Amino acid sequence: MTTQPILEVESLTLAAKSQEKLVHNISFSLERGESLGLVGESGSGKSLTLRAILGLLPRGVEQTGGTIRSKVSSSMVFQDPRGALDPLCPVVKQLTEVVYYRQKTTHKAARTIALELLERLGLPDSLRTKDRYPGQLSGGQCQRVVIAMALACKPGILLCDEPTTALDVTVQQQIMDTITSLQRELGFAMVFVTHNLAIAANLCSRLVVMKQGRMIEHGETHRLLRQPAEAYTQMLIDSVLPLPELEGGRTSWN
Amino acid sequence: MELALQVQDLTVRYGGFTALDHIRLELEQHTTLGLVGESGSGKSTLARVIAGLIAPDEGQILLGSEELRKKRSKEQHKQIQMIFQNPDASLNPRHTVRQILAEALLFHRIVDRSQVGRRSTELLDRVQLEARSLDKYPHEFSGGQRQRIAIARALSVEPSLLIADEPTSALDVSVQRSVLELFHTLRTELHLTMLFISHDLGVIHAVSDTVAVMRQGKLVEVNTKDEFFIRPKHEYSRELLSAVPKMPR
Repeated sequence: MTTQPILEVESLTLAAKSQEKLVHNISFSLERGESLGLVGESGSGKSLTLRAILGLLPRGVEQTGGTIRSKVSSSMVFQDPRGALDPLCPVVKQLTEVVYYRQKTTHKAARTIALELLERLGLPDSLRTKDRYPGQLSGGQCQRVVIAMALACKPGILLCDEPTTALDVTVQQQIMDTITSLQRELGFAMVFVTHNLAIAANLCSRLVVMKQGRMIEHGETHRLLRQPAEAYTQMLIDSVLPLPELEGGRTSWN
Repeated sequence: MELALQVQDLTVRYGGFTALDHIRLELEQHTTLGLVGESGSGKSTLARVIAGLIAPDEGQILLGSEELRKKRSKEQHKQIQMIFQNPDASLNPRHTVRQILAEALLFHRIVDRSQVGRRSTELLDRVQLEARSLDKYPHEFSGGQRQRIAIARALSVEPSLLIADEPTSALDVSVQRSVLELFHTLRTELHLTMLFISHDLGVIHAVSDTVAVMRQGKLVEVNTKDEFFIRPKHEYSRELLSAVPKMPR
């Protein structure tokens, strides 16, 4: 089956104002409904690549080469949910505003859509009657609000920049489950940035391994994990610390 | 086995919030206790109470056979050393590594002034850093190297208990691995008694002999490492262990 890619990144090069190259020659494509994982350690340029796709490069960083072609809109989920939300605006109001502007509805309809989204993401029902500020919600709940906001834009591609790194393991699992089931339901494609190969392996069908701004390996997840060509990829695989098998089985994942 | 540390009915309240709720914990000499729990479970508060940075509302702490009170002697302070999550914030940016290590060595009169240089070099060697690092400043090192300096400083005063509060959480995965290997070497060579705090169960598995699980200020399970990771006693422990993402086969 050959489908048209909805996102094509071709020899993307990003550089700082000082001419220092931060990302060299990155190329990949993404098909409808597909999940791609960008993995690497800090400084590998994975977040910058994601920001370049969104068109939200930090001040002082410029695209100096290559092209990004995308047929659909994308929205992003950031690592720190508290930093991504306006602390002075209650969450339902924040989400309603996004729905109102992006889906061009009436205020009343926007609020209904917002509440539906929040319910779908498993936020407490009490938000219907009493709106709360981000500071009054837990980190995991805030991240759900951020995901709801990203989905309110009806994106073709959801860009995730380490969305669970700041969260506890049990919350991480809930968020991952939520993202997977929403993707199945809504059919958006995903670019998932993480340094944790285990998470990427569980979510994505293809992986791109980055190191110091370069793409050093890419391919289908299972093949890459079984036969990594690069020592660096092997190191990332080894860095997932092993745990013995739990007696009585695990309740989820895989 | 001799007990290095006993914590008895320790309670800490912040206003109406109970951060630690009657914690009882024992730590045997020359072993490592891994303390896990999610954010807000009280792990760091417990570490800080043991280190004497927070005074408990109730309960007592015994180091060996000696009770640690609110006011501690210089010797008691020396006996418990701590390594923090963020090495950037725990090292004085205006001191060279030589000054950082010398300060601890001289303050606690570990060696003579004339021996400070030699001992500092030995300490750096312990944490696998070169001797010429002595005249550099913290900012000239990477995060992992800075954490090694913090470890060297904690070890310099020969503590009887080392508390490590998420020492690898701020580090990249490859660096985390090498720091964990260092902890492993130090444990076998120096027979350290260690309280190792982490929210990462993989890390806990790599360093601990015993595992303690905290939740909402309470200790829910204390178990040997082998038993804990295969047959956890508490439902919450099982929940935690199942939530760790694993590599597909």
